Amino acid sequence: MSQIAATIDPAENPLTPEGSGKLGMWIFLAGDAMSFGTLLAGYGAVRAGAVDWPVPQEVLGISLTAVMTFLLICSSLTMVKALSAIKNGDSKSMVNFLWLTVLGGVIFLGLQAYEWTHLINAGLGLTSNPHGNYLFGATFYAITGFHGAHVTGGVIYLTILAIRGMQGKYSEETSSSVEIAGLYWHFVDLVWILVFTFVYLI
Amino acid sequence: MTTAHQEPNYTKIFIILTVLTVLEVAVVFVPVSKLVIGITLVLMAFVKAALVALYFMHLKHEKVALGFIALTPLVICVLLIFALLPDLVNSPHPKAAEKIATSSNNEMILSQ
Repeated sequence: MSQIAATIDPAENPLTPEGSGKLGMWIFLAGDAMSFGTLLAGYGAVRAGAVDWPVPQEVLGISLTAVMTFLLICSSLTMVKALSAIKNGDSKSMVNFLWLTVLGGVIFLGLQAYEWTHLINAGLGLTSNPHGNYLFGATFYAITGFHGAHVTGGVIYLTILAIRGMQGKYSEETSSSVEIAGLYWHFVDLVWILVFTFVYLI
Repeated sequence: MTTAHQEPNYTKIFIILTVLTVLEVAVVFVPVSKLVIGITLVLMAFVKAALVALYFMHLKHEKVALGFIALTPLVICVLLIFALLPDLVNSPHPKAAEKIATSSNNEMILSQ
């Protein structure tokens, strides 16, 4: 390696010396975290200002959601396994782990659709709530819907990655694409951990 | 330039996250005050979020400055909570109060 490359490359991306893509994803995620932070803070303000806020677990139930949380944690594990596989040059194993991660995301979305259907049939609408405050449904659907949209985006993102992986487009040298996609997927998992606590448990 | 770091034990992190999730669900049913349960749940959620960020997202092995980027939204959200405090004291929500007033009126009419 020439000395010029060794001294100039890190200076170009002092935060992520291996490439600017990762820095870009982190900055995007920091902004995205603010969107979720704003939604959750707004939820807190509405809830604290309401006198007839229902106990969330009685309206929503937490057993199904605990399974959904576990599913996302599982899919995070398969995502890191996909990254380790490609870092070891095992493209086939990476593709398998990526499909498992996609499967986790799809089952999560299916369960969320089931949950929403159940709640809508039970009368929980955007402005109607048989169990108390009328804003309960609005905040619930806004937060879980925004998160569900992120999961949908992640499923599409990882599907593209898996298809490209099947075409043999990733190797040890280009594993950073998988790492960057992983950052997004783990972020979606991280947000759900917080949503699970603030919207369902407390 | 890239220093090879040892891969964290992902399965171990996964098991800790799963155990914490089970404990979270269990904590809800412990017969102590709601405040204690709430604080415990928030602490557990932040531990889980930190584990995901540090190990799955490899923040532990990144430059410290990247960690500051990751922490920025948390700091801004704390500021946001303070910004929202003036709204919290205006409870109950005017519409909610109106609803309660009308429903209690109806009950009074019914009971007469």
